Amino acid sequence: MRRIITATVQNRSGVLNRITGMLSKRQFNIESISVGASDVEGISKMTFVVEISDSQKLEQLTKQLNKQIDVLKVSDITDNAIVARELALIKVSSNSQLRAEIQGVITPFRASVIDISKDSLIIQVTGKPEKVDALITLLRPYGIKDLTRTGVTAFTRGHQPEQQVTNINSFSII
Amino acid sequence: MKMEAKLETQSSKKLKTGADLLIQTLVDAEVDTIFGYPGGAVLPIYDALYRSEAPFQHILSRHEQGSIHAAEGYARVTGKPGVVIATSGPGATNLVTGITDAMMDSLPLVILTGQVGKSVIGTDAFQEADIIGITTPITKYNYQLSNIADMPRVIKEAFHIASTGRPGPVVIDIPKNISEVLTSDEYDSDFYLPGYQPTIKPNALQISKLAEALSHASRPLILAGAGVLFANASEELKALAEDYQIPVTTTLLGLGGFPGSNALSLGMAGMHGTYTANMAIQECDLLINIGARFDDRLTGNIKKFAPRAKVAHIDIDPAEIGKNIKTDIPVVGDAKEAINELINCTITVQSHSEWIEKLQKDKVNFPLWYERSDKLISPQWLIEQIDTITNGDAIVTTDVGQHQMWAAQFYNFNKPNKWVTSGGLGTMGFGFPAAIGAQLGRPNELVVAIVGDGGFQMTLQELSVIKQRNLPVKVIIVNNEALGMVRQWQESFYEERYSESLLSENPDFVKLAESYGIRGELVSSETDVPELLKDIFSYDGPVVVDCRVERLTAVNPMVVSGTGLDEMIGVKK
Repeated sequence: MRRIITATVQNRSGVLNRITGMLSKRQFNIESISVGASDVEGISKMTFVVEISDSQKLEQLTKQLNKQIDVLKVSDITDNAIVARELALIKVSSNSQLRAEIQGVITPFRASVIDISKDSLIIQVTGKPEKVDALITLLRPYGIKDLTRTGVTAFTRGHQPEQQVTNINSFSII
Repeated sequence: MKMEAKLETQSSKKLKTGADLLIQTLVDAEVDTIFGYPGGAVLPIYDALYRSEAPFQHILSRHEQGSIHAAEGYARVTGKPGVVIATSGPGATNLVTGITDAMMDSLPLVILTGQVGKSVIGTDAFQEADIIGITTPITKYNYQLSNIADMPRVIKEAFHIASTGRPGPVVIDIPKNISEVLTSDEYDSDFYLPGYQPTIKPNALQISKLAEALSHASRPLILAGAGVLFANASEELKALAEDYQIPVTTTLLGLGGFPGSNALSLGMAGMHGTYTANMAIQECDLLINIGARFDDRLTGNIKKFAPRAKVAHIDIDPAEIGKNIKTDIPVVGDAKEAINELINCTITVQSHSEWIEKLQKDKVNFPLWYERSDKLISPQWLIEQIDTITNGDAIVTTDVGQHQMWAAQFYNFNKPNKWVTSGGLGTMGFGFPAAIGAQLGRPNELVVAIVGDGGFQMTLQELSVIKQRNLPVKVIIVNNEALGMVRQWQESFYEERYSESLLSENPDFVKLAESYGIRGELVSSETDVPELLKDIFSYDGPVVVDCRVERLTAVNPMVVSGTGLDEMIGVKK
């Protein structure tokens, strides 16, 4: 099962190395990590997407993260109402004849073209990883020259509906 | 003239360099012994040590591995953090085995490593190694100092982290320029670690659940690990076991946490544990694990482990609970607090007399056993002799292997913190330097290093240290001219293909000891053993005894990897 876990950490030297090292030492399969500053100085937030085999492993993951001396808080937000976003930049082969066609493909995804050259376009897209995946699949036939993704960043929504949320989210977790 | 002299003394008391400040912070941390080895990057620290009148002793090992195992031995018997200094690069990397050993066995250490100057860090400078990167997975925490103002705080934090919660090693890497920088300021040493708040007091609801389970249990069992020793909870454990008549088995590292001679003691459990203890785990209906981490050498096949039991686990490290064995009643907290609260619950328990009677019968019918050799010394008998003559009261240290298991099986540990062994990492070469640290930590006690002929040769250069400090450590080499446990496994699982496990070219250990100026003894017949042991234990100085034991003796009984605890082989019937 895929889980989204957030960690609030103290910005001490080597903290990212410490955490990724612990995860690899204990054989956790990390799909993505994103890290950035929070609004409090000296405190950063990390978002992990991990593929985990069972609930016992998941419990170990959160416990081992919590055990890190720099970690202030760990939450598994997978089953909450959350907002999760990823950004991808995709450089696609293109020429003047194809531009309009590609524009037509990306518009429903609310992606935008942020650079144009003679033989390529750079497209920026933000959203759930599935949406990014879908767009990439559609663009692949044109020839992807370069691609970079940030990994997911996420937190819980301000309002948490009661009960049903868990069920809905257990089907589509992102 | 007089006035000038007075001024001079005053100014010499002022802090001058980062290294002086370091020494001062170590004094403030009430350090009494430092284990170390000098080198380029720590020369300023050693110079400051030379100039200072610090009230602690520095023990010069002959290899950094000797320093760190000694610090582990010191920490194990005193409960205080062992302090180690090593230079950068090779000095620091020579500590890696000991740091890992301390991490696995939860020993508090504060390790100060030198680093090249800040201006050349990252340039592959002479004796530079990324010791922060290297030690991140094997430390509880580590630091590289980049500002002298942080030093007092970092050192205080390091001692706090190393010795509280679940203890562990902490590395502080000190670039040479930080030790050399001139400083006269006093810096704030207050610290705030919001992410590190170990739970000491257990949750009352969980304790009441445990009490409830205990009241329903008809076959309860306590499994006591090293956590009992770290929490100084031996007295409390004894009270709990006796009040409610619960039998107790210990892990390898938990030996001495509960008196081995107590009627409720079942001895050690696990791969080479007693039949009684292992069967008790398989048959109990409530297993109360106090401060053990369900290591695979203890559990055997986890799928077959304690199949009838509700499992309760008391541990100060929440990540240990449920890591290997599914736990029904988790209790996060200090062992002493948890046991006390459990005792305070005043539980009405069922009668366990049938259960205890059954276990007592097992103890009689299936004891630990060995066959006496008619020619050479039987190693198990040798351990029994050491136990008898020391009245079970010595501090015993070991390496890993056959001699370690025989010591665990046949020395009767009745008191806490007298058993110093490498459990988790299983480090050859640990026992002898650990004995040095134990002797320095508890100078008035008899310290016996029971080592194998293989392991002893990994760190025997530390003989210089016991000579130099006249430490009365008694080294007993259980000499079977082999890497005994390797040989035993080759015999059992590799059809007697003794690949590189025989040590027929061993040195003359007596001459070797004598070359260090230490008394050496050779003993090869059982009849000479008792008198020799009496003699060396009353001798006020170090001795190395080369005990030629029966070579092909195996450690029995055994739970073969992958099998359950109730599938032991080599049980006396």
